Amino acid sequence: MATAPEIDAPVHALDEFRTQVRDWLAEHFPPSLKGRDNAMSAVEGPTDEDAEQRAWREAMGATGWGVPTWPKEYGGGGLSRTEARILQEEMNRVGAWNPIGGMGVMMFGPTLLEYGSEEQKREHIPAIARGEVRWCQGYSEPGAGSDLASLQCFAEDHGDHYVVNGQKTWTSGGHWADKCFMLVRTDKTKKHEGITFLLCDMDTPGIEVKPIGLISGSSPFCETFFTDVKVPKANRVGREGEGWTIGKRLLQHERNSLSGGGSSAGRMFAGTPLAQIAKKYVGVDAEGRIADADLRTRIARHEMDMRSFMLTLRRSALEAKSNQGPSAATSIMKNVGARIMQERSELLIEIRGMAGLGWEGEGFEEDALKEVRHWLFGKAFSIYGGSTEIQNNVIAKRILGMLDHQ
Amino acid sequence: MAVLTEEQTMLRDMAREWADDESPVTAFRAMRNGAPATFYDPEAWRAQAEMGWASILVPEEQGGVGMGYLSLGLVLEQLGRNLAATPLAATAGATSAILIGGSDAQKAAWLPRIASGEIVATLALDEGPRFTGAAGTATVSGGKLSGTKEFVAEGDSAQLFVVSAADGLYLVEGGEGVTRAPRKLTDSRSHAQIRFDNAPAERLEGGEDLLTQVTDRAAIGIAAEMLGMAESAFAQTNDYLKTRVQFGQTLASFQALQHRMAKMFTELELMRSAVEAGLEAADSGRASISQEASLAKALANETLHLVSREMIQLHGGIGMTDEHDAGFYLKRARVLEQMWGNAAWHRDRFARLSGY
Repeated sequence: MATAPEIDAPVHALDEFRTQVRDWLAEHFPPSLKGRDNAMSAVEGPTDEDAEQRAWREAMGATGWGVPTWPKEYGGGGLSRTEARILQEEMNRVGAWNPIGGMGVMMFGPTLLEYGSEEQKREHIPAIARGEVRWCQGYSEPGAGSDLASLQCFAEDHGDHYVVNGQKTWTSGGHWADKCFMLVRTDKTKKHEGITFLLCDMDTPGIEVKPIGLISGSSPFCETFFTDVKVPKANRVGREGEGWTIGKRLLQHERNSLSGGGSSAGRMFAGTPLAQIAKKYVGVDAEGRIADADLRTRIARHEMDMRSFMLTLRRSALEAKSNQGPSAATSIMKNVGARIMQERSELLIEIRGMAGLGWEGEGFEEDALKEVRHWLFGKAFSIYGGSTEIQNNVIAKRILGMLDHQ
Repeated sequence: MAVLTEEQTMLRDMAREWADDESPVTAFRAMRNGAPATFYDPEAWRAQAEMGWASILVPEEQGGVGMGYLSLGLVLEQLGRNLAATPLAATAGATSAILIGGSDAQKAAWLPRIASGEIVATLALDEGPRFTGAAGTATVSGGKLSGTKEFVAEGDSAQLFVVSAADGLYLVEGGEGVTRAPRKLTDSRSHAQIRFDNAPAERLEGGEDLLTQVTDRAAIGIAAEMLGMAESAFAQTNDYLKTRVQFGQTLASFQALQHRMAKMFTELELMRSAVEAGLEAADSGRASISQEASLAKALANETLHLVSREMIQLHGGIGMTDEHDAGFYLKRARVLEQMWGNAAWHRDRFARLSGY
């Protein structure tokens, strides 16, 4: 589809930019790196970086193209949206992956650019843009999940610094992170207005991290304990009591990245079609249909659900483009995305019978073993980033205007 | 909402305004109570034709505006919101058949009369209580068609029938050799058994798939009407929950009900995407749009089914009274769910088309 280029760049300049990107990629992205993505992911841990991967990360870091639309003065690419799209297209063309990622890129960076002081931006953003610092999120607590604002982790005022005591949980990547952005309580007499946004180094004395084992096995999630941890006041983002506002903004970035936003939706459902696996394991009848009629119907239902979800993602992207304002459709994306991915996993398990329930070792297809872990980890999709029930509250209140008891 | 041209936006707004001003549900109720022989208000149909709605699919050469299926869907959706009793969807179904399979002479003979609203046309395909997608057993010899078709929409007043026989689709005028027997269904709209006894018939050109092409487009058309119904039934329910007070609180403040409404809203969004994609597929020029049609009709069936049930339940006792409109939505919903394929039929076909 033809999209008008943005006003800042005439078409010929964009062609020049494309050529420039193409040449640069030819120089810096060796074909041998294709498919060897080791970006810092929020879900999977980092793998050891070899020299080639390291060189690629440093090259991308130096241009700022890993965070293409962030301002150049803080180490970002400084590209327009159109230029960023061209960069992505050219990277896709040669199979180049973005080595700069993680929570710093997806959530913290955009929030700090909006709310951070000049000094904070200069300190933290360039390191994120170069992929040198890993961030983790100190939000949830054992007693504060869906009701996040009830958090108790306390930061006591000690003049030029705070002393933090309490516990955080579901700290993704806490055991390998360098730094943590966190919500703490600075005022016990107020709920939302008593929350403050702090940054701390994970090697500060008094921080202890314990990985959490999940039903799917090992996980990137941790419990993080804070005992008399000193955090300089210079590490506070925004004012005291402004943490809830800043923290909510960050959650919006998180939800955007979790719902897939359209571009990654195709990948979510990639892989061998369910029906093909079902035919192999369940067999076909004389007319070539999946022999188990009930299973066949449920696969059809699932695929229609998925198809209409993809159409809805496309529709909301088109509507956003044509100035119809934000579509109400976006609010349902997280719930439907979660339900479809979970249903797909449940069907895959069922299709393979006992062979779909292998935990480890011999006698199972590699895909089936992966799928079991994915099925179990996937239970998180309808819990994290605002559970399905919380999203339904949001739909009812904000879109349908259904107010709570007065 | 799909991305619309300026022309389409105007058409939609005009249809919405007309439906709200001239054809609120009270107009349907008056028609139900008055029970005219046509089972629609001929004056209202004339007004719709004057606004050009009967000509939306008809090309300019034959006196139409040639705006296509998405445009037709916009109008059907707005009419569906208020349950307008109109032969527009049935006529559009027959129009598709002539557009795809008609000779130049047939197009010249019928399309201008359809475009002007002079005649109501309809599809006469089913021979049993449910849609099967099969051609049926009607026979044609020497240009005369014989057979019996069941539950023909607008069968009480249609002057032109598109009839399926074993070897294709035929145009039959409502006159010589045509006998109508009303079949009063719960929706108080026109449905009739039509007996053809050596009725003069003209064959439409087209292979075996003509029937499929025509019913796919008809299914997408009523899916648009169902979208309007579902949205309106949902909106009315939401309004009611905000005004009805029990235990000193509005019903809307109870979380158990909030989540049921959020679930319905979610399904409605998916339904809209599927229906609009179906309409766009019909406009794409591709002959086969069966997958899109099955997706649209299956989702329309399931979502409207859910919303029409919940509309009654969430209204409580008042929703069961004849005085309230909820029952009209429920009754019409079930009829449209059966028309041109129920959800099971469309899921089965979707699976077959997907190779399993």
